[in-house]
Amino acid sequence: MYQAITTGTTVQTTEHDNLEKKLEILRAVKRGGGLFQLLSSSPSFYPREVVEVLEQFLQEGRISALMWEVCQQQAQAGSPEVQEALLNKVVCLPDHVSNELQGKNPPVFFPQNYFPLLGGAIIQVLQKISDSLRGGLDCSISFVSHVLGKVCVHGRQKEILSVLVPRLTDLTKSDCIWQRICWRLVECVPDRWMEAVVLGFVQRAPGADTLSRLLGNLVVKNKKAQFVVTQKVLLLQYCHTTPVLQNLLGYLSLDSLRRALLIKVLQELLETWGSSSAVKHSPPEQQQYISKAILICLSHLKEPEIESCRQELLTSMMEGVKCHLDSNLPQIRRLGMIVAESISSKINTDGPVLKFQYEEDDEARELKSLLVPTPPLCIGPSLPDDELESNKKSHTAAPVMPDEESDAELDSDDDLIPYDMSEDKELKTKAPVYIRECIEVLTGSEDVDKWEATVKALETLVRKNPAATREVSVELAKILLHLEEKTCIEGFVELRQRAQVAVLTTDPIPVAKYLTSQFYSLNYSLRQRMDILDVLVLAAQELSYPKSRGKTKHSGAQKPCIQLLPGSDSSKDWRRIVDERIKSKTRRFATGQSQVELASGPNEFNSIAGHFFFPLIQHFDRPLTTFDLLGEDYFVLGRLVHTLAILMYLAVNTVAVTAMGKALLEFVWALRFHTDSYVRQGLLSCISSTLLSVPTERLLEDMTEELLETQSWLGDVVEKDPDGDCRRLALQNLLLLENLKKKLKTVPS
Amino acid sequence: MALPPPDPQFVLRGASAAVHTLHFSCGSQEPDVPILFSGSENGFVHVWNLKTHRVDTALDGHGRKSVYCVETMGGKDRLLSQGRDQRICLWDLAEGRTSVADSVFTENVGFCRCSLLKVAQGRWLMAMAAKALEEVQVLELPSKTSVCTLKPEVGAKLGMPMCLKLWQLNCGSQPLLLAGYEDGSVVLWNLSMGKALSQLVCHQEPVMSLDFDSEKAKGISGSSEKVLSIWSLNEQQNLQVYKTHKLVNAGISDITIRPDKKILATAGWDHRIRIFGWKKLKPLAVLDYHTATVHCVSFSDHKNPSERLLAAGSKDHRISIWSIYTQT
Repeated sequence: MYQAITTGTTVQTTEHDNLEKKLEILRAVKRGGGLFQLLSSSPSFYPREVVEVLEQFLQEGRISALMWEVCQQQAQAGSPEVQEALLNKVVCLPDHVSNELQGKNPPVFFPQNYFPLLGGAIIQVLQKISDSLRGGLDCSISFVSHVLGKVCVHGRQKEILSVLVPRLTDLTKSDCIWQRICWRLVECVPDRWMEAVVLGFVQRAPGADTLSRLLGNLVVKNKKAQFVVTQKVLLLQYCHTTPVLQNLLGYLSLDSLRRALLIKVLQELLETWGSSSAVKHSPPEQQQYISKAILICLSHLKEPEIESCRQELLTSMMEGVKCHLDSNLPQIRRLGMIVAESISSKINTDGPVLKFQYEEDDEARELKSLLVPTPPLCIGPSLPDDELESNKKSHTAAPVMPDEESDAELDSDDDLIPYDMSEDKELKTKAPVYIRECIEVLTGSEDVDKWEATVKALETLVRKNPAATREVSVELAKILLHLEEKTCIEGFVELRQRAQVAVLTTDPIPVAKYLTSQFYSLNYSLRQRMDILDVLVLAAQELSYPKSRGKTKHSGAQKPCIQLLPGSDSSKDWRRIVDERIKSKTRRFATGQSQVELASGPNEFNSIAGHFFFPLIQHFDRPLTTFDLLGEDYFVLGRLVHTLAILMYLAVNTVAVTAMGKALLEFVWALRFHTDSYVRQGLLSCISSTLLSVPTERLLEDMTEELLETQSWLGDVVEKDPDGDCRRLALQNLLLLENLKKKLKTVPS
Repeated sequence: MALPPPDPQFVLRGASAAVHTLHFSCGSQEPDVPILFSGSENGFVHVWNLKTHRVDTALDGHGRKSVYCVETMGGKDRLLSQGRDQRICLWDLAEGRTSVADSVFTENVGFCRCSLLKVAQGRWLMAMAAKALEEVQVLELPSKTSVCTLKPEVGAKLGMPMCLKLWQLNCGSQPLLLAGYEDGSVVLWNLSMGKALSQLVCHQEPVMSLDFDSEKAKGISGSSEKVLSIWSLNEQQNLQVYKTHKLVNAGISDITIRPDKKILATAGWDHRIRIFGWKKLKPLAVLDYHTATVHCVSFSDHKNPSERLLAAGSKDHRISIWSIYTQT
């Protein structure tokens, strides 16, 4: 072995000026210290010169000679300690050199240069092994495997495999000895490094068939590799790209021995997919990953294999689709639908298949495309496509519109003089003019047209007649809450909601009292309960928003003015017209901010925030026979929590805000370990809005303990929550808390 | 400035129910008075005297079930009426009689009006929707013998027939039937072969009414949509869309081309009667009088063109009589 090193270095030494030093080094090498020990020896021993020798050693390609030597020796059982040391030196050379030279190492020792070089050396060694095998000589590959494994586990897969994989792909294409060498190379990697090597290959192989050629039946022979391929990559990790998944599962499907594993993998994937706790607790990205894997597996399954596990597929599909549809996150629901549709179309080739309605977007299309088995790489010329396109165009252009003017008929209707038809407008049924009439129509009318017109007109009517509305506000709210779509009106839900909001803003206290009490009463559908929440939020928004309020006030205030003092009003008018004229003819040169005066007025939400908020927060933990917020109706709970967050946010600057904040923090505390991520997101928003709305002094004086508790919980969420959005929200909350602290510090000074 | 649309010449009140069908009989010489027959929802056929504007007789033959088609056979003495009691009655009104001379039990529950065509002296063909959902039956009257039954091909999915029009190119030639169906298509049937010659999808919604001009080989159909569809029949007996006309409001319940083929009238769900020139489908007038859906429009058969009338019956129980474009 040491001979190999010396022969490698002596060639070049003669031409250099610092010949003597090198000779000294070589002598030292020969004395038995060994070249690699030089590095670990004291820096006083000419480090630069040693490195130069090493550099030459590398550039001469002697490292392959070194490895080849070891391989030959290994066949005759060399000393394991020496091998171990040598392995260590070969793999860690860049680190050692860098340590020795304090980072001033020559480029060849940079990892991005060294490891590709090492990869090339490995190929050379393998070449020699292949030659010697053909020559009938026995030699061991295990040292090369060790090198590969160690490099990979040190995280240099990219550098070394980017050289190895393409070369090996080429070499194994038609040569079965090369294939065997390659399989052996991977098989001989020790278990502790197997994962890194297998993953590297899976990630870098250009296709499943190549991967199959490179790895052979490794997964069947090696337990560790099997674990990595069938468990770790698929079920425990979710960072890999779709092509990697396709590579991996395609690899499993390409050999009859491995196909058994493919079916096993599919069953395990489906088990995870169909487990309600996995759906609840794992991040959406992982669920998407698993869904992708399932779809790819399905694409590889053949008819008889499906036949053999049809029943199991059906059972797990039914379970999975149930818990996916239960989810609060639309993304998860849709994933469930797509996967279930795909499974059902696979297992029922002739019977009825599941069909869901969901939005076809890029993600859905991508997922569905996975169900089509990927064809073996064939990138044909793009010409046919273009041709197709142009053909299409010419076809579409072909049907020429019949020319009406070429009509052979000479006579026309010119002798008939038309009457005036300007009155021919679209028909409109007359909408009711009074609020009470609306109530009549909505409760008892059979006239569908009138009913439609009423639904459409109600909002404006309510806003125009606040006094009349107040007389019947609760009744109207009740009717609207129970109003169902009689005919197919465009935007019915929105029309009804706007009318409800109008009623609630016109007469907030009684209507809010009614709506909040109905939220917790019997015999409402989830939809109605959520409607209540939406209406409360929208009304609160409208009431607390100064601009829209200003506008309505304005029109209301001007009316009596016109009636009582027509004279003064007209003079105002005159003033306004002149002002406008001046404005339109004057060019202003100003650099400052535009001088828009914000409409100001009392916050209407101030006096009623509590009426919106407290009734909602009081009864959440009392289950009814038809409605259990803390049980299975967690979707409504999620909406409730979000609603409370918004109400809290809108209650900024109101008197009740401190009491509300305190109640809300307690509410959050009670629900902080809820399993549903949508609910947790709502809780975190609640905290944000509390921190933003409640004045700092009140927060710190009245709610210190709650805040401290919350802070520790937030810390936990940031670290442990499986949902990315939750972690992000929690982090933001922590930042808000930090800001509060800073503010506190600056205030006294 | 175009003239404002005219008012009705007079209005017939007293049908006391929604009017579903109208038919003039004004062709006879003096001293016979011009007559208008109307069928209404309460099951009566009213015989209106157009001189006095009063009801001469009210015929009760459909068990108070809505009458939705009336036709005369020859003179004003022989009347055909079709009602929702699934019967077609043939009345003998001569010499002041008001009796049902004969009746046909259609067994059809739809609203499809029957269509009558005189093929020889004293011999008529009548097409009507049959008992089976998609079928049309053609009978010879007065013998009531079945001529043929027109069944769509299996799997054609046309739905119920909605309106029918029997016609022949000239006297003695092969009678043909145009039928509008629930799926919005119009089918041309050959009666002797019992075979569909051509099918044209004119509408997305059921065809509510159609009329055909055999001279120009052109027809028009209306549906519950906002469009009128005009189609033509070529020498190969193929129907093809000629043009479409967009309306302001949706829903056409009846279309009639005036016998002189100059103008046509439509009865709209928007309470309005629309008049178009037939050649180019030029919009001529919108008659806005009724306060509810107009169910039917009919032109009179006066010998003197200047006396010609247009009648429209509506859900608001009234029949409006118009004199419009009588000089051309």
